[in-house]
Amino acid sequence: MSRPEEIAPPEVFYGDTEATKYTQNTRIQSIQAQMTARALELLALPEDEVAFLLDIGCGSGLSGEMLDEEGHIWVGCDIAPSMLEVALEREVEGDLFLHDIGQGFGFRPGTFDGAISISVIQWLLNADATSHSPTQRLTRFFTTLHASLRNPSRAVFQFYPSSDDQVHMITSAAQRAGFGGGLVVDYPNSRKARKMYLVLMVGSQEVPKGLDGEEMA
Amino acid sequence: MVRLITHNMLACHVKNCTKDNFPLVFSEVELVIRESEANYDFLRRFMPKLDWPALVDTARSLGDETLPDDQPEEWTDEQLQALHHVLMEMHVEEGNMTCRGCGHVYPISNGIPNMLLAEHEVGR
Ligand SMILES: [Zn+2]
Repeated sequence: MSRPEEIAPPEVFYGDTEATKYTQNTRIQSIQAQMTARALELLALPEDEVAFLLDIGCGSGLSGEMLDEEGHIWVGCDIAPSMLEVALEREVEGDLFLHDIGQGFGFRPGTFDGAISISVIQWLLNADATSHSPTQRLTRFFTTLHASLRNPSRAVFQFYPSSDDQVHMITSAAQRAGFGGGLVVDYPNSRKARKMYLVLMVGSQEVPKGLDGEEMA
Repeated sequence: MVRLITHNMLACHVKNCTKDNFPLVFSEVELVIRESEANYDFLRRFMPKLDWPALVDTARSLGDETLPDDQPEEWTDEQLQALHHVLMEMHVEEGNMTCRGCGHVYPISNGIPNMLLAEHEVGR
């Protein structure tokens, strides 16, 4: 099967049919939920405190629903209108924005207590229009994200890089934007359970460790 | 579903637009009030992030006159409830947000603002 980001830009790939398929597939949903839970854990927010969070590529609101359950206040953005429609139908509590993250954010400095992103940033690497340079878009994205996060805080991205080159491009763009942190790989030795998280940090912090040993179900 | 808590954090992100790019000005607004439970701890922690004059002006432009001109130093429960109402319960469902700096209009439809820029408006 081709990777979705190789077929078409996200706003095209996640048209009405795909958006519906995506949200009705319970296996995808449960994997998404697991990854969101892990991303939240890696975010390491202060316990019992409501946070103001950004969900980057919030899609149909599945991760947002989990943020609602935790009582957080959040803003979600996505480039696919049909996914946002599904999020509206889900009646999530967050504010939803139609936004191309490669164009950067306009949020004021220090706005968010943290950010999560599930299966999204690999999309920034494909140039769908000739005017889109992936490097420029990555830089614009990370620079404006860094500015919009408070110090200290984290942004956690689960992503599916297709090569080590991609990982390098993404991490070096993040570093240039001022982020610390690095990759966290869960179950690195399992072909099925292996998951990659980019844990970016504003301010000096220690990088958490990946999970090992017994795999998740 | 644009709440004022989010609007108060949002500036224009058009290339080179750095003057008068905040706050975005609402027009032709359709407002919906959705009650929600207030969390005063969260509000207190969030207060330092607020641009108070922008919040007061925006709330008044939407017909809510409950916020005082100056941000209170000691908050009464009544004032906290008013702040909660303005930040969390007023949802702009339709309308426009216009940048005073560059004139870019961000339309809001079905509660979702369209933040997409034309290619020449994207910063590098
Ligand atoms: Zn502007």
